[in-house]
Amino acid sequence: MAKVRGAVVVDNDVCKGCNLCVVACPTQVLALNRNVNNKGYHYSYMENPENCNGCTNCSAVCPDSCITVYRVKAEA
Amino acid sequence: MSVLTDRINEIIKPENLVYAKSPLLNDDLMHYCPGCSHGVVHRLIAEVIEEMGIQEQTIGVSPVGCAVFAYNYIDIDWQEAAHGRAPAVATGIKRVMPEKYVFSYQGDGDLAAIGTAETFHAVNRGENIVMIFINNAIYGMTGGQMAPTTLVGQITSTTPHGRDVDLNGYPLRITELLAQLPGAAYVTRQSVQTPGAVRKTKKAIRKAFEIQAKKIGTAFVEVVSTCSSGWKLSPVDSNKWMEENMFPQYPLGDLKDTGRADAELYRIKAK
Ligand SMILES: Cc1ncc(C[n+]2csc(CCOP(=O)(O)OP(=O)(O)O)c2C)c(N)n1
Ligand code: SF4
Ligand code: SF4
Repeated sequence: MAKVRGAVVVDNDVCKGCNLCVVACPTQVLALNRNVNNKGYHYSYMENPENCNGCTNCSAVCPDSCITVYRVKAEA
Repeated sequence: MSVLTDRINEIIKPENLVYAKSPLLNDDLMHYCPGCSHGVVHRLIAEVIEEMGIQEQTIGVSPVGCAVFAYNYIDIDWQEAAHGRAPAVATGIKRVMPEKYVFSYQGDGDLAAIGTAETFHAVNRGENIVMIFINNAIYGMTGGQMAPTTLVGQITSTTPHGRDVDLNGYPLRITELLAQLPGAAYVTRQSVQTPGAVRKTKKAIRKAFEIQAKKIGTAFVEVVSTCSSGWKLSPVDSNKWMEENMFPQYPLGDLKDTGRADAELYRIKAK
């Protein structure tokens, strides 16, 4: 069966660390980084990238449009 | 680790792209606080305008309030209006250029307090415009003062012990009132706190713009929103607070979707 896999790219310097994408992700991919960006915000990043299915929930709730989402159909 | 990185890089390729920021949203960093609903609604408006291919024909009217700088972020034509006057300005633009898509974008202080008269009369005249209403139950820009839409008991900087009905009256459900007006073609109340809610709001905004093309009256979209700075909660807790407290007072869904079908009722029977 083809399995869906995804990945997101967060624009680190645009992210304000609001955490809304972290709670919107159904598979706990995202977390706030311990490091801060040039504005001092703990930006979102893929802590568990292997869980991402490219569903776009995170980009849907992002107020700063800083998440880009990719998806592939991979063999399981 | 490197195996994982390789696998991620295999996925991150242009042909696998499923979501990217609309080209109508430029690279200016939004001045909004982290988690502010304004940013989400801006994105949805940009996506709808892009998908309808009406970038060159659309004119936005921005308010006084946190969204005063909306014109910095979406690459369309804009006019900034005096406090509360966006519907009057949008009326003027639309009447002079009826072929354009014109929308106003306002907070609750702008639309439901100082601009109540302009709001009511624009909808009552059935102006063929889209009105976007961001109801975060507070004045965000000026430091979290009570708005007409503030909930009973809600603490704001001007109601430090909570909104008291004896002193401050009741939360104004202006959207319900506007739905009564014959000039209103489409009146809906949505939100943007979950991916599902965001998708519904985008559909509502799209429908509002399509109604404008039909010239059948005003399309009004309220978005029940958060103001984490004004509410003094984290963005995630603000969403929870909104679901628990705002939604019972401001229930989601369409309030009117009949065009101006009821307008005939207002005609005199005989000369
Ligand atoms: C004529 C006038 N009166 C008062 C103000 C002060 N003022 C600026 S924004 C605002 C209210 C903003 O609240 P809202 O419309 O809810 O927008 P938000 O900032 O919450 O998005 C007020 C009262 C002003 N700028 N001009
Ligand atoms: S695309 Fe979906 S699964 Fe992947 S990080 Fe975003 S919300 Fe999580
Ligand atoms: S004060 Fe409130 S409405 Fe204004 S940008 Fe901040 S969170 Fe948004």
